[in-house]
Amino acid sequence: MAAISLRDVRKNYGATEVIHGVSLDVTDGEFIVIVGPSGCGKSTLLRMVAGLEPITAGTIEIGGRVVNDLEPRERDIAMVFQNYALYPHMSVYDNMAYGLKIAGLSKQAIRERVDVAATMLELKPYLDRKPRALSGGQRQRVAMGRALVRQPAAFLFDEPLSNLDAKLRVQMRLEIKSMQRKVETTSLYVTHDQVEAMTLADRLVVMNAGNAEQIDTPLNVYRQPATTFVAGFIGSPAMNMMAATVAANGRGLELDSGGSVKPRDTALAETGRKVLLGIRPEHLSLVQELNADLKLAVVAVETLGADTLAHGHLADSRGAGGDLVVRLPGTSPVKPGDVLPLAVEPGMAHLFDRETGKRIEA
Amino acid sequence: MQTKRTLFRSKTLPYLLILPQMAVTIIFFLWPAAQAVRQSFLREDAFGFKTTFVWFDNYTQLFSDPTYENSLRVTVVFAIGVAVLSLVSALVLALAVDRTIRSSQVYTTLLVWPYAVAPAVAGILWWFMFNPTIGILPYLLSFVGYHWDHSLSGFDAMILVIIASSWKQISYNFLFFVAGLQAIPKSLVEAAAIDGAGPYKRFFTIIFPLLSPTTFFLLVINTVYAMFDTFAVIHATTQGGPAQATNTLVYKVFQDGFIGLNIGSSATQSVVLMIIVIALTFIQFRWIERNVQY
Amino acid sequence: MIENRPWLNFFSHVVLILGVAVVALPVYIALIASTRGPNDFYSGVVPLLPGPHTIENYKQVLFAGISTSGAPPIGLMMFNSLVMALSIAIGKIAISIISAFAIVYFRFPFRSLAFWLIFVTLMLPVEVRILPTFKVVSDLGMLNSYAGLSIPLIASATATFLFRQFFLTVPEELMEAARVDGAGPMRFFWDILVPLSRTNMAALFVILFIYGWNQYLWPLMITTDPHYYTVVMAIKRMADVADSIPQWNVVMATVVLALLPPVLVVIAMQRLFVKGLVETEK
Repeated sequence: MAAISLRDVRKNYGATEVIHGVSLDVTDGEFIVIVGPSGCGKSTLLRMVAGLEPITAGTIEIGGRVVNDLEPRERDIAMVFQNYALYPHMSVYDNMAYGLKIAGLSKQAIRERVDVAATMLELKPYLDRKPRALSGGQRQRVAMGRALVRQPAAFLFDEPLSNLDAKLRVQMRLEIKSMQRKVETTSLYVTHDQVEAMTLADRLVVMNAGNAEQIDTPLNVYRQPATTFVAGFIGSPAMNMMAATVAANGRGLELDSGGSVKPRDTALAETGRKVLLGIRPEHLSLVQELNADLKLAVVAVETLGADTLAHGHLADSRGAGGDLVVRLPGTSPVKPGDVLPLAVEPGMAHLFDRETGKRIEA
Repeated sequence: MQTKRTLFRSKTLPYLLILPQMAVTIIFFLWPAAQAVRQSFLREDAFGFKTTFVWFDNYTQLFSDPTYENSLRVTVVFAIGVAVLSLVSALVLALAVDRTIRSSQVYTTLLVWPYAVAPAVAGILWWFMFNPTIGILPYLLSFVGYHWDHSLSGFDAMILVIIASSWKQISYNFLFFVAGLQAIPKSLVEAAAIDGAGPYKRFFTIIFPLLSPTTFFLLVINTVYAMFDTFAVIHATTQGGPAQATNTLVYKVFQDGFIGLNIGSSATQSVVLMIIVIALTFIQFRWIERNVQY
Repeated sequence: MIENRPWLNFFSHVVLILGVAVVALPVYIALIASTRGPNDFYSGVVPLLPGPHTIENYKQVLFAGISTSGAPPIGLMMFNSLVMALSIAIGKIAISIISAFAIVYFRFPFRSLAFWLIFVTLMLPVEVRILPTFKVVSDLGMLNSYAGLSIPLIASATATFLFRQFFLTVPEELMEAARVDGAGPMRFFWDILVPLSRTNMAALFVILFIYGWNQYLWPLMITTDPHYYTVVMAIKRMADVADSIPQWNVVMATVVLALLPPVLVVIAMQRLFVKGLVETEK
């Protein structure tokens, strides 16, 4: 077990920089999830920690030791791959034992460790099988067992659940979490799935185009997204974004698409500043016309059972730019053509600078 | 050129790994080939005392040599004969096997083994079959009034080497045709049948056109085979005779160089042959590229 | 098939049986000839039914040799052929798999050059560069030796390409997992890559064994010592010796012995053989 620390880590392919200086301190035993859309550099970052990709600049420390130029095997890490990467010609036992054999452990010690891991992952009946005779979930477990037996300083997971079906994914998610709680090994976990990210992480790293946009606990990321990208990426349906200008004399925000809003308990920026107003669909509620901050002209309705999503545009909008989604209770009798009076829940409006996309704090 | 996403890092290991292959390639392939090219520009006097650089004299001489022209003609006739005979018989057999269901494996086994017979042995087998005194085929031919003698008749000799060479090649073509036929989607053939096309119409309008990439590929392979791999057939049977009637280009390289000891001419012929192989390899790879793409 | 046309099915079987018969005929005649006595071949037509001399003919060629040709017993030649075929097949597989490993799993200066040099060997069949190659082998003192019979033939572009293609299909993550597990390049090669290549190696072995066994021109050129003759090249000499009346019974016994090992390999390993044939042409 060990802390991991990344200092301004960069990666170039030829002349193009794909990771633009990521810094991250992972404390011992912490579960960090790196999340982002495909091509954002999250896997590359993980592979740099693993030693599978050379680091162009910056330093990576594992357990207080700079590992920049060390081979993967010298870094004391174990990795779980998206396609599991089990050795097809070896039995489950040999797959798990291979790393220990190379490390020169005694046969006895290897057997004990594999036994412990196999028991924990309920793999004991399958130790003599070849990977191709296993189901997807079992293969996934073998891949985890292979990492577990090594008792490494850190686990690295590269989208380990994306090849499983939805149901199995939920189950394995819980198992990974409980396994990590048990062994308390520092973990870095890469995924593009925000549900996985929110549920697994002690802290999240949200990546976009080679930058770490925000590093914080899942709740903080949800409550106070640092950038418009994070705001749009975490949460489903995505946060509504409206271009607006701060009006004079505390009269709230003039929306570019027409009309104005004055969200409650929200510190507005200086007058005249161009901003983006972000409101999550779940933070809009149906109110009396009198108390409405906004009015939504409904165009389409999606009934999900527990919730109902109403899509449409601001009733006072002039042309483009006023699209809005609102999440209502499942029982709401809404239909296309309705005009809904909506209020923003107090303190739940987010302001971002329109130029930089950065959150504007009071 | 393609490699893996992540690579092993080592300064010396890859060179060590590739060294044996490189050594053999350079010593036994590239160096001799370079020697052939060099010698094709030189001429030795009768006693081997003096060699002079003669530019393209060897080439001009070669192309004005009537025996080389003859050899070229012989090779073309031979290659066409082998390709046509072995491709047509293989296609007929492959179509027949494609119709049989339960017994196709047995027939395949019974048809593919000649691939394993050495060309020289194939030559001897047919040489024996065609032996003018006791061979079974001349005996049968005598009933239709044909007097077979491949040691006197150039035509007979050519037929002999074509049959011996084709016999060995049928199994190869057969396997590729069977694979090609199996690759034709059954739904296409069924659709044609529903449209009212009978077996013959289906063959000429659906199967044969879809088989044409295989056929073209085999045509190239068979040409290469007939040009280079049949040396042993000819050497073991007719030895280029009678009267140069079966003296193909490859055989002539050997004969002029090894028996006739005309190094310059043999080297020149080698270079010409190398150019032909390069052209054929190029065609073959273009074909493969085109096939990989769709 | 789509519609049931009994006569067409019947016709297919007739074609196939005829085909099998025509393909087998020369070998049948040879087999029969190898069972007859020497006097059956002076006149008339070749015998079509077996004779009583099978055992003595084969015993003679295998262990005694043919008196008139001065050649050693075929037993020794078959052994030489076996040594040559095995050395070529194993040698080609060994040097090709390691060069493909280097080309796919490493990046090093001159990698492309090496690849192209190997590729070029495809274009230089031994028949084409026979004289200068003979000279090289003779200068190296490799005439009349097993090394001379096999080493010059063991460079193989086809086998290298086959392994390269196969390695490119091996998932990237296997190598990465092995590296994380602590395996260095050679360990990965032996523990993962070689076991995964087993079928490919077996299929190649079948093709290359046949290739090696059937070599003709090369042994003919570089062996003058009968103790290094291979059986395929020796047949011709034998058939030529008594030019007027070759001893057909023993010549054909030799022919049968020369074609038997590779044919048995093909029949016994038909699936691997077909795989090898199809994949080496890709």
